[in-house]
Formats: sequence, C-alpha cells, structure tokens
Amino acid sequence: MTSLLLFGATEGGLFDFDATLPLMAVQVVLLTFILNALFFKPVGRVVEEREGYVLTSRAEAKKKLAEVEKLEEDLREQLKEARQASQKLINDAEQDSDKLYREALALANSEANASREEARREIDSQKESALNQLKADAEKLGDLIVERLLAAQ
Amino acid sequence: MGSLSFAFPFAELEVGQHLYWEFGNFRLHGQVFMTSWIVIGALLALVVVGTRKMERDPRGVQNLLEFLWDYIRDLARTQIGEKAYRDWMPFIGTLFLFIFVSNWGGALVPWKLIHLPSGELGAPTADINTTVALALLVSLSYFYAGLSRKGLRYFEYYVHPTPIMLPFKIVEDFTKPLSLSFRLFGNILADELVVAVLVFLVPLVLPIPVMFLGLFTSAIQALIFATLAAYYIGEAVEEHH
Repeated sequence: MTSLLLFGATEGGLFDFDATLPLMAVQVVLLTFILNALFFKPVGRVVEEREGYVLTSRAEAKKKLAEVEKLEEDLREQLKEARQASQKLINDAEQDSDKLYREALALANSEANASREEARREIDSQKESALNQLKADAEKLGDLIVERLLAAQ
Repeated sequence: MGSLSFAFPFAELEVGQHLYWEFGNFRLHGQVFMTSWIVIGALLALVVVGTRKMERDPRGVQNLLEFLWDYIRDLARTQIGEKAYRDWMPFIGTLFLFIFVSNWGGALVPWKLIHLPSGELGAPTADINTTVALALLVSLSYFYAGLSRKGLRYFEYYVHPTPIMLPFKIVEDFTKPLSLSFRLFGNILADELVVAVLVFLVPLVLPIPVMFLGLFTSAIQALIFATLAAYYIGEAVEEHH
C-alpha cells in the first residue's frame, strides 16, 4: 500500500500518491539529459556560432569602413593639393604670358618709336638739304638775274 | 474526497479515478504515463526534426527551435545570472517545454475519444504525482546548485541578512515545492474541470471562450513554473556580500 491517505482517500482520489511520483521524476531527469544532448547543445552551438559570426563580421565591416574613410580623407587631401598646385600653375602661366605680352609690347613700342624717330630725322635732313639746295639755287638765280640785268644796261 | 463520478447523456465527469498499473508492490497511474509518453514523444520528434540539418541561415523547424532556445536562455539568464545560467538552462528549458506541451496537449487533444477501463486521459500535469515530482526536482536542484557552487557557505543564505530570517528560510524550503506543485496541479485540474462541467451543462459554444482561457492559463503556468524554478536556483547560487 504505497498511496498516502490524504483527505480520506482510500482508493484513488485526487491526492493519490504512489510510485507514479518517483518514476515521473526519473522520466523528467532522463528527458532533461536527452533534450540537453539533442536540443540545447546543438541549437546553442549553432546560435552562438552565428552570434560570433555576426560579431566578427560587424567588427570587420567597421574596420573596413574606417579604412575607407581614411582613404577618402587622404584622397580629399591629395585632391586639394592637386587643385592648389594647378591653381598655382595657372597663375604662374598667366603671369608669364602677361610678362611676355608686356615685354613684346614694350619692344614693339620702342621699335616703332625708333623707326618713327629715324624717319623724322631723315625727313628733317632731306628737308634741310632740299632747303639748302633751294637757297643755293635761289641765290644762283638771283645772281644770274642781277648779272643779266646789269648786262642789259 | 474519494472518487467522484457523474454520468450524463452528453458528457461524463470523472475526478480522482485512475487507471492502475501494478508492478509487484508498486502502483502506477497508467493514464498519466500514457499521456506523458505522448508528450515526450512529440517533444523529441520536434527536436529531432528541427536539428537534423541545421544551417547558419535557419529554415523551417530550426527557426522555431532557435526561438525556443533563445526564449529559454533569456529566462534562465535573467533569473539565474550570467555566471551559472549555462549549467541550468537545460533543466529549466526541459521543465518549461514538458509542462507547456503537457498543458496544451491536455487542452487541445480530444482525449475523451479514447476510452480507458478506468480514469481518463488528460494533461499529465493535472495529476498531483507529476507536479510534486517536478517540484521536488526543483528543490533538489536548487540545493545541489547552491552546495556545488558555494559548498557549506550555501547555508549563509539562511542567516542572510540577519539570523532572524533562519526559521522563515527553513519554512521556505518546504513551502517552495508545496506552492510550485499545488499551483500547477490546481490550475490545470481546475481548467479541465471547468471545461468539463461547462461541457456537460451547455454542450455548445459556451465552453469555447473558457477553453481559450485554459490555453492562456496553461501557457502562463508553464512560464511561472520555469521562472520560479530558475529564480530559486538563482537565489541559491547568488553571492552575498
């Protein structure tokens, strides 16, 4: 007689304890070990592997992102430098061409001045010689006129 | 209380009748074992199917199993703590799954269609033997957890924070399994009885909301049992400073 006499139950009843209790406990303990082997361990391994994978992937991605940002910064720096260099080149070239232009202009001006001066000098000298010639001719003519007049008297 | 039995044309209500199996001097409640084997079989089938081909991208039943695993891990981790929860997760999880599937199996499977010579099939957790067995396992495991982790220092817990607590803590060791077992037993049995009584009073429509309530209660009871078991273990392994 293993049933406990609770609430006046002699046979059956709600509170009928018997060998069901220990056997059920053994059954649940066995189930715990079986589920541990078939369920908790394998699923835990898979879940934790995935968590690890996600973690490392994320860390890697973060590292790569930082790298990319650094490269971008470098490139931006380089671009800025290149832009400055090209600006400087353009400025230099502009200044050079300006200088060349001015020099050429000055040269041309001075040349033009020189040739004008020379032309004027030549004109002056020719004018002078022409005047002298004229004066001489006029004097000769005058003399001739005077001679002729004197001779006619 | 003894055995109660009402016979009506539409339904029959039996309380406290069992199908006895006798092995030598021992007597077993056969209907409890039959349903518990079906519950365990269903659980094992689910687990075997779900873990047969596991991949990093979960598919099909693996999703469900991973959800359950994650749920149980969170439950164990919040109650037991980061350090010790791994050792106790299988036990807590088994309690939760076994009780949950038992309760829902009792509520969802039309056991009445199978006639037994005596007693009737139902949730294994509606039998006091099952719930007391589970509750005693919880008691044993929290003692084991405390003693294995802290040795004899475990008994400091009884005089923490003051020695005045000693009698209360000793009484607690008895009330814990008592309340665990009776809460589960009472809820599941009451649910089955309410449904059965309503079915024989009004055999149509009316019992359906109560059946849904029963499903809700069943799930909550499984969660409460597992959470309290985890909490007791957590209390036993907790370090006092």
